[in-house]
Amino acid sequence: MIPTDYYIFLGTGLFIIGVIGVLTRRNVLIILMSIELILNAVNINLMAFSQYFKSVDGQVFAIFVITDAAAEAAVGLGLIIALFRNKETVNADEIDLLKW
Amino acid sequence: MLELITFIVLSAVTLVSAILVITRRNAVHSVIWLIVSLFSVGGIFLLQHAEFLFAVQIILYVGGIMVLFLFVVMLVDIDVALKQARFARQWPLALVTAILLLAILGFAFYNHSKGLGLPARPMIVAPAQNTQAVGMTLYQNYMLPVEIASLLLLVAMVGAVIMAKRKLE
Repeated sequence: MIPTDYYIFLGTGLFIIGVIGVLTRRNVLIILMSIELILNAVNINLMAFSQYFKSVDGQVFAIFVITDAAAEAAVGLGLIIALFRNKETVNADEIDLLKW
Repeated sequence: MLELITFIVLSAVTLVSAILVITRRNAVHSVIWLIVSLFSVGGIFLLQHAEFLFAVQIILYVGGIMVLFLFVVMLVDIDVALKQARFARQWPLALVTAILLLAILGFAFYNHSKGLGLPARPMIVAPAQNTQAVGMTLYQNYMLPVEIASLLLLVAMVGAVIMAKRKLE
């Protein structure tokens, strides 16, 4: 069996990469993809602890996380389409409609 | 031993393709690498005998969400984005923040000298019954959350349609 620690290390690595992507990239699409990476890191951890505690509750929660990811992707991409139609850009630092 | 090697290969593929996702200039390449990353995360689920979640990961993520991403990437203009800077102005600060976060997590792991002290334990659910066990738990213990999740998906669907519409009447 693979120790639970390894899964947690993998989840941590994936989470950090996702955080770096969210904080540094300009393209909103890639920021959304980084959020998907973060959610996958969470799923790996949920899965590892589901195995550790010998219960499928963690897997059920992972299904809820995937549901959330689907909803978030749909709404986020709708927002990006609306934004591109109005501002002709997908760069996060050029979206300043709410700044004064 | 074979299991460990498989795990290491899958983790390496996951992490390397995740790094490629956040560094590629072309958004289409990022989507492709994200698909690779999600596939290997699915492989890790399979390694943990979570067959149902593996199927959900492949069908929903790779088949659904990623195709949606690819559509939107095609809709927006790639040629302009190829000539622009990839990283935002605050990238050094953001990198320092992320490395600080990694250091905090690493310190937490290091404090327990033998990792987190969690020994490997075999699964109690037999692999062949994984889908059955997940379904039973989902519809017996988590009935209300399932209903809330379905409501969330309905709201997300309506919201996405309204926001992508050309003009509100």
